[in-house]
This record gives sequence, structure tokens and C-alpha cells, in this order.
Amino acid sequence: MSFDNLYWGDIGAALAQTLAMVGGALLLTVLLGLPLGILLFLTGRQQLFQAPIAYGSLSFVLSIVRSVPFIILLIVLMPVTVLVTGTSLGIRGVIFPLVVGTAPFFARLVETALREVDRGIIEASLAMGASTTQTIVRAVLPEALPSLLAAITVTAIVLVDYTAMSGAIGGGGLGDLAIRYGYHRFQTEIMLVCVAILIVFVQLIQASGNRLVTHFSRK
Amino acid sequence: MIRLENITKRFAGKEGAIAALDGIDLAIARGEIFGVIGSSGAGKSTLVRLINLLERPDGGEVFVAGERVTEAKGQRLRDLRRTIGMVFQHFNLLSARTVAGNVAYPLELTGRFCKAEIAERVASLLDRVGLAEHARKYPRQLSGGQKQRVGIARALACEPQVLLCDEATSALDPQTTGAVLDLLRQINRDLGVTIVLITHEMDVIRHTCDRVAVLDRGRVVEAGVVSQVFLHPRHAATLRLVREAEPDGGSLDAAAVSDPAGRAVRLTFTGPSAHKPILGRIARENLVDYAILAGRVGHIRETPYAQFIVSLSGRDVAGAIAGLRASGVDVELQGGAPLPEIEGVRHVV
Repeated sequence: MSFDNLYWGDIGAALAQTLAMVGGALLLTVLLGLPLGILLFLTGRQQLFQAPIAYGSLSFVLSIVRSVPFIILLIVLMPVTVLVTGTSLGIRGVIFPLVVGTAPFFARLVETALREVDRGIIEASLAMGASTTQTIVRAVLPEALPSLLAAITVTAIVLVDYTAMSGAIGGGGLGDLAIRYGYHRFQTEIMLVCVAILIVFVQLIQASGNRLVTHFSRK
Repeated sequence: MIRLENITKRFAGKEGAIAALDGIDLAIARGEIFGVIGSSGAGKSTLVRLINLLERPDGGEVFVAGERVTEAKGQRLRDLRRTIGMVFQHFNLLSARTVAGNVAYPLELTGRFCKAEIAERVASLLDRVGLAEHARKYPRQLSGGQKQRVGIARALACEPQVLLCDEATSALDPQTTGAVLDLLRQINRDLGVTIVLITHEMDVIRHTCDRVAVLDRGRVVEAGVVSQVFLHPRHAATLRLVREAEPDGGSLDAAAVSDPAGRAVRLTFTGPSAHKPILGRIARENLVDYAILAGRVGHIRETPYAQFIVSLSGRDVAGAIAGLRASGVDVELQGGAPLPEIEGVRHVV
């Protein structure tokens, strides 16, 4: 095994692709999953807008998406992906299925995080004349901020995992590189480098997530 | 100021609906401190939540400041809630906001104040509750008593006419409880805010309230001025709550049973008579002896009281009782055979 003739240019490009996929998908996942999570929270049992049918339906749909293994979801979604983004290839073609795959997961984490907020705080906010929107935006979300940051951290790491799979069907990135060279061409050293970079990347996400959570914890 | 008319509230239970409140009628006057006492499960928390419609009644009407509030919705309900402050047992402060931020919260909600106005109001509110130097701390850095002071400042932020206190001192130690109750009384005096105070402790009522209603299993079983309810409890639930406040579990009335020969009477001295040597003088004048079987001495707000169960024996027991009554002492016969020769003495069984 030799590390002399590594394609560092390819590795750099793959890293950039992974960063773009994780970053873009994370942003969209939060934008989509946060409202879904709030909706789950509000319609849940004994919550502000208790609505068993709405909650049940939303919950059912999210669970179905989460039941499909991501690699299958990628393939099943391909026609839809083409409709939405115009292509099923490259970063553009991969971010859509990534968001569909992780948003339900993130929405569940948001729901749990909001449920952890002391009911007394919600009651106090309402008693002070706050509307439901004010209570969510000004009281519940700030109170849940550390849990939400932890949820974003976990979701980002799941996204790193998923990009490896989406890379395999045309998204590129480090996972794709590792599979193409390491698995198909028996160039184990490239796979090892890719894995090492991924390990460092995930560690960095986790560490910065933890720091943010600690910084915003006031309890 | 606040009127509840024939309020009923039911909750769904395992075996059908359970009546949490059942035909409640209450009238609370402007500027008074009104206590609602009851053991846990009596419905008092539900009762106080009806006043700002955190709970809606199944039947009956709620009036605040002459306005029928029971049907209020949307913006009108939110405006109404701003005129009613609320203080909670577990403080319910926003942990992500500083002390100042917590007090500013209700002001920000209104959208009617600029930042400078809010800062000014927050400063004067924190000054009032004695927390000016803690403005930039977070709630977790405060003691229980300090947290409740933040809760009180927050409840006063929108200059409410009514302050609802739901077990506001139940999570505090006795000394802090006293300080917080003193603060509430001071606020009542200075601002004229009507205070509704929910508690399960008779001592809190005795220390703070003008009038009290006793709640038992969803009904008001006794109501009146505190001294009357506290010193002459009639309902079993009231008696139980009064006894809980006694150091030895309240053997006051049970002691009457062990009265050997004499006449057991309960004497209640209130106001100035509590400090005068009435009992000894009257015993001498009527040639009677007395044995003190039980007693309690203290204050109801600022008014001193003393209450004893004494056994009277000797020549002119009836004369002694008449003399005591003439001196402004409340005399109640305890059990045993009544004295037919004394008219107008209340019998307590």
C-alpha cells in the first residue's frame, strides 16, 4: 500500500462536494423540519392546538418516509427529484432527496425538544396575554434552543452519512470517492484517507454542536 | 371587582366526568386580599385559573371589573389577561432570559412600548421587589425567594388591577414565605391591587388576607373575614386546615373531651382584650378556678388574638361566663351538658 500517488485534487474536490451537500441539505432540512416539528408539537395531545386527526396524519406520513431505507428512498424519489430540480445528478440532484430523508427525522427531534419545555412557562406566557405565535416564537423556541442545537448537530451527522449513499448514485463527495476507488478499484489507501477525513469532519460537527449547546444552556 | 356566579367545571375522569368545581359563588371586593384555602384536590387551582380564563367554566359566569369575561376570545382575551397578573408556585420564569428580560417579557408582548420605556419600567419594578442589583442574572442563579420576586415584578409589569397568586409561597421555606407575603401586602397597600391568594396553608391566610373562602371538594364550604373563619371554624374541612397550622396538630378541641369535672368553655380574646388580665380578675370576682386545657396565641394580620379552652369550676361559673362576655370575650361552651341558666351562649358540638 502506498500513499504516494494519491489524487489529492480529487479528494479536495470530493470534500468540497460533501461540504456543499451537507451544508445545503442541513439548511433546507431545518427550514422545512422546524415548522413541521412545531406543527407536530402544537397538534399533539394536550397541547395548544390539540388536533388528533391532524397529528395522526402528519405523524403517519413522517413515519412512512422514515421507514424507507435512505438508499431506497433515493431511487424511489428519482422521478420526483428530476421534476423538482431538473436533474437527479450532482449536488443539485442530491440535495432534494437528502432533505426529504432527514426533514422528518429532524421534525421528530424538534417535537421532542419543544415538549421538554416546562408547561408552566407556556401557561405563564398565555396568562400574560401572549398569543400562541408569540408564545412559540418568544418563549418556547428560546427555551428549547439548546435542545434544538443538539438536534441540528445530530441531523448534520446523519446527513454526512447519507451523502455517502447519495454519492454512490451520482452525487459525488467523499463517500462516493471512497466507494469508487476503494471498493471498485481496490485502492484501499484512498478509502482510508476518505474515512479519516470523514471521521475528523464528524468529530468537528459534534464538538462545535456541543460547544453551542453549552453556550446557550441557562438551566 | 371579581364575581363568580354559579361556576361549574368538570374534568373527564376514568369513570365519567368529575366535578372539579360545583356551584361556586364568590364576590371579591376591589383592593382586598382574598384568600382561597383548601387541601390538595379541592379545586382551588382550577378556581383561580377561571378568573383569567386559563380554564373555561362549563357553566356559570365570571366578571372582572364589572365586565363579563367568560366569553372573551382572541385579542379581547389577551387584553383582559394583561389586566390580571399571575404568580405561580414554581415561578415559571423563562430560563433563557435574564431577570430584566423576564420582567420585560409581558411589556414586549403588548408592542406598545419602545425599548427605553421598557428599560425604565423594568428598573422601577425590580427596585420595588428589591432585585435591582440582580437584573442581569439568569433565573438559575437566584434563590427561590428571589425567583418569586421576579415572578411578582413580572406580574405587575402591565399595571394589573388584579393579582392572582397560585400557591405563590408553597415552594418556599417559612422565612422566605413571610418576606414574600409581606411584599404582596405592601403591593396591595401601595398600588391598591386586588389580590387573590390560593394556598393550602392557614398560616398564609392568617398572615396576609382580609377575607377567606374555604374550598372543599369543589364547593365553598365556609367564607368570611379571616378572624371569624380562623377562630370559629364551623365546617370540618376548615377545622382540619386550622388544626394543621397548630404546632401539636391541634388538640384544641379534642382536649375538651378529657374535661373531668368543670365546665369546658372556649374563650376567644381578640384585639386589645388579648393583652388584658381579664380571665384572672373574673375568676376571682366569681370565686371560680380555671384549668387551661388547650390554647393558642398569635396574630391575625396585625390583630392579636388568644384562644383557650378552660375548664371552669367553683361557685358561680355562670356568673363568670357572663362577666367574660361582658368584657368582650367570646365564650363558647364545649360539649357536655349545657348550662340552662345562661342564655345566648353559643353551643359548639
